[in-house]
Amino acid sequence: MTFRVVTAPAPPPPPPPVPRPVQAPAQTSFTRLDTSLLGRWWWTVDWVLLGAIGLLIALGLLLILAAGPPAAGRIGAGTYHFVQRQIVFVPVAVVVMLAISVLPVLWVRRFAVMAFAFFMLALVATPFLGANVNGAVRWIPLGPFALQPSEFIKPTFAVVAAWMFAADRTQAQFPGTLISIGLMALVGALLVAQPDFGMTMVIASVWGTQFFLAGLSLFWVALLAATGIGGAVLAYHALPHVQSRVDRFLDPASGDQYQIRQSMRAFVEGGWFGRGPGEGRVKQYLPDAHTDFIFAVAGEEFGLFLCLLIVALFGFIIVRAAVRLRRETSLFVLLAAGGLLTQIGLQAFINMASSLSLIPTKGMTLPFISYGGSSLLSTALSMGMILALTRRRAPGDPL
Amino acid sequence: MIGPFKTRRRPFAYPGEEIRLTGDTPSPRPTREPDASTKGLETGRLRLLVTACLFGLAFSVITGRLVQLMVLSSTGTSTVATPSEAPPLEARMARADIVDRNGLVLATNLPTVNLVADTRAVPERDLMRAIRVLPTLFPDLTSEELADRLVPGRAFVYLRRNLTPIEQQAVNDLGIPGLHFERAERRVYPAGRLVAHVVGATDIDNQGIAGIEDAFDDRLSSSEKPLRLSIDLRLQHAAHQVLSDAIDHFEAIGGAALVMDVHTAEVLAMVSLPDYEPEKIGEASEDARFNRATLGVYELGSVFKVFNTALALDAGLPLTDTFDAAKPIRIARFTITDFHPERRALSIPEILMHSSNIGSARMAMVVGPERQQAFLKRMGLLDPIPFELPEVGRPLVPQVWRDINAMTISFGHGLSVTPLHLITGVSALINGGTLHPPTLLKTDPATMPPGQKVFSEQNSMRLRAMMRLVVEGGSGRNADVEGYYVGGKTGSAEKQLKGGGYAKDSVLTSFIAGFPISDPQYVVLVILDDPKAVKGTYGFRTAGWNATPAAGRLIAEVAPLLGVTPTHHSPEGHFDATVIRQVGLKVEDGEDKHLAAR
Repeated sequence: MTFRVVTAPAPPPPPPPVPRPVQAPAQTSFTRLDTSLLGRWWWTVDWVLLGAIGLLIALGLLLILAAGPPAAGRIGAGTYHFVQRQIVFVPVAVVVMLAISVLPVLWVRRFAVMAFAFFMLALVATPFLGANVNGAVRWIPLGPFALQPSEFIKPTFAVVAAWMFAADRTQAQFPGTLISIGLMALVGALLVAQPDFGMTMVIASVWGTQFFLAGLSLFWVALLAATGIGGAVLAYHALPHVQSRVDRFLDPASGDQYQIRQSMRAFVEGGWFGRGPGEGRVKQYLPDAHTDFIFAVAGEEFGLFLCLLIVALFGFIIVRAAVRLRRETSLFVLLAAGGLLTQIGLQAFINMASSLSLIPTKGMTLPFISYGGSSLLSTALSMGMILALTRRRAPGDPL
Repeated sequence: MIGPFKTRRRPFAYPGEEIRLTGDTPSPRPTREPDASTKGLETGRLRLLVTACLFGLAFSVITGRLVQLMVLSSTGTSTVATPSEAPPLEARMARADIVDRNGLVLATNLPTVNLVADTRAVPERDLMRAIRVLPTLFPDLTSEELADRLVPGRAFVYLRRNLTPIEQQAVNDLGIPGLHFERAERRVYPAGRLVAHVVGATDIDNQGIAGIEDAFDDRLSSSEKPLRLSIDLRLQHAAHQVLSDAIDHFEAIGGAALVMDVHTAEVLAMVSLPDYEPEKIGEASEDARFNRATLGVYELGSVFKVFNTALALDAGLPLTDTFDAAKPIRIARFTITDFHPERRALSIPEILMHSSNIGSARMAMVVGPERQQAFLKRMGLLDPIPFELPEVGRPLVPQVWRDINAMTISFGHGLSVTPLHLITGVSALINGGTLHPPTLLKTDPATMPPGQKVFSEQNSMRLRAMMRLVVEGGSGRNADVEGYYVGGKTGSAEKQLKGGGYAKDSVLTSFIAGFPISDPQYVVLVILDDPKAVKGTYGFRTAGWNATPAAGRLIAEVAPLLGVTPTHHSPEGHFDATVIRQVGLKVEDGEDKHLAAR
């Protein structure tokens, strides 16, 4: 880790008493003496993490150029429909991420609580304002775009839950854990009503991980895990589409595995270096090539090395942030950042493992890479908060 | 916890000072972590690292899988030299055929080829020639478009999908290297628009998006065994022909026609007009894609009096009971009147024959709203009908079942159902009283589930006699076909306006008929949406003048195909003598007992 220590400036030699410039040398914009919000951000933010995220975003733009046009042709829109929209979303997402990463920890929490309250209201209103797509009402139309409130509940709820778990530990007689359980039940009920089982699963897993981080005894961890498995078994028996997907995964001969076979073939065709940009074929056959199966497009056109780079970047981001938190003194920061990291990691894992047929197909976007405004903004929100929470703070600084 | 409004400004710690502060010397700032939570913090840090390691492990599995797929099972890029040599990417089972009950093909796959180009293999001179010549073979391609797509150095460019063998030969004859053919398949519908609303259609990826193609998508793509429908293509053709002729003649905006086997509830023909070419579903209007037979819900008007009469019989009212139809009924802000007022008391058969709204409403009130609701529920008219197609409409049922609702429902207003509901319900009433769910799949009577008994055998016979009366002496005369002994009921409903209320000059007319009504085998339904008064209808637009003769013609066309033997029918032997007398049916000896009963 580079820890740039600037030695205190020596007293200037008296002979030429020229006025010293207040500005720092040209290559850095802020001196360490600068205590403004931006100045502190400049010196405390994790530049390595930021670099890894920037690389992921750049790869995402590259891949949407490959996967967007066939998907647009499929729905009859202009060739660059998805590319153009993504190019609008990306700068907005970057600005949102950076702006949030500037916030002090206390303000991250306040922001998350307010945003959580706002999007919960939006989630309640969705059945009345929303549009029904494939039997589920998840989207609120906003002009040319559509807002999916549950995407924003996901990161903000992680922070709210972290606050509650932490407060339970640090405040005597504050029923934080109970409040957190109640909120989880409420969020879960609203999402299942939509119905959106994928989102419920992710949010519940993140929340469970936070509960685990907060020091839940191992007996309860086992019980919680058993509940999760029980829920999955229940979903398998109660929901025909879940059952059919799992059956087809376990026994490929039992039904149509079209998407997954195309996806696997794409990886095989890709080989070491891929077929080359624009030469991919799988994107012509997969309806979700620009969202759920973008990893297959990456594999086919750019080969093993790019795929490994993407996996490595996600792994690096998680391990790097976790290592940076190893001396963290605030339980809240630990839980919030841990929850957000789990969310990003889980999403990336489910997406990649689905398209590699390691797990049954589950529609899930690949953070920063898949097409989609709500998903991109929500990921930016999560990463912005992770960046803010992993900034260097003086020890003993409570928040 | 730090309260939201407490001061949070602290002196800034210079780097370095931080290190000093956390050194061995006791910190000048007391840490605010109580002892209890320090232990929790330790656990948290440890568990976070465990979680991160688990993720590391998960990502390692992904890495391993990537290497396995992309390096170990990849045979190298040399095998994908040209698309025509490479096995087609969609090496999947051919989608199963859909056939009618006699095995005639309704939907099948046609192997075709797609024209693709590998411009790396095309010499520049030939590239220019391809751009110039291909538009002469395929007028839908333009040179500009081709010049855009045929950029040198692209390994795979789609030029055109689904070439015919002649077109493929013509391209081959050009002798341009680098133009390849990719094997493909295309869904074709030999019967075309005849079965559009039954079979539905697939999208460009051969995935079902409407009708049977959508409902049985999994079945069709996982098995090669043809899917056999209950539809009889000959009957389907007759229904389509009769209905489109009627729509043309009476200047209607649409319509539906159904033929059903009363004993198995198999749908033998189902037509909804306007319709579309399944292969061009993308170009069809929303109206054309709308299935009026199963998805549209309508207030069907007087045909509902069949159910109301059945209700009265089911409640045990004797046929000879009379109901006062002398004066219109005024209730709330409504006035119930008759179209052909008799201005006297009418018996149950007379109410059906004259299609008296007043008499029907009085009958429903004698039975009572609760019993009416329970009966209609039992007939399946208040719930979405169980059917194979995804296009199934949900009935519009009144929220509260008041007297006024009971009265209007008795003559078919204030309750909207699909035409499929109507024909299924009437089938059950006249087949001896057994309700079967309607089906589009061929059914073996020996193995079919028993069905649900909803109406007594005796009442079924009485109802049939009254439906015959409608054709002999009521508004159904134009549907009578010599030798097939038709019985039925007309309906002319004023169409509901979008904003509420009813259109005075726009009707939905229908005729439902069973034949031979002495021992019904089949039931037909013809519905016309907004027919006009034309030459020969004497200024009327009611069902008796349009839907009824159309249904009669349909019966005349399909009955021989169905093998129904024409005979000289007489009610005697089929109906009880008392029923014949009470209903007033004509008997063979020519004596007009119908009039004698007056």
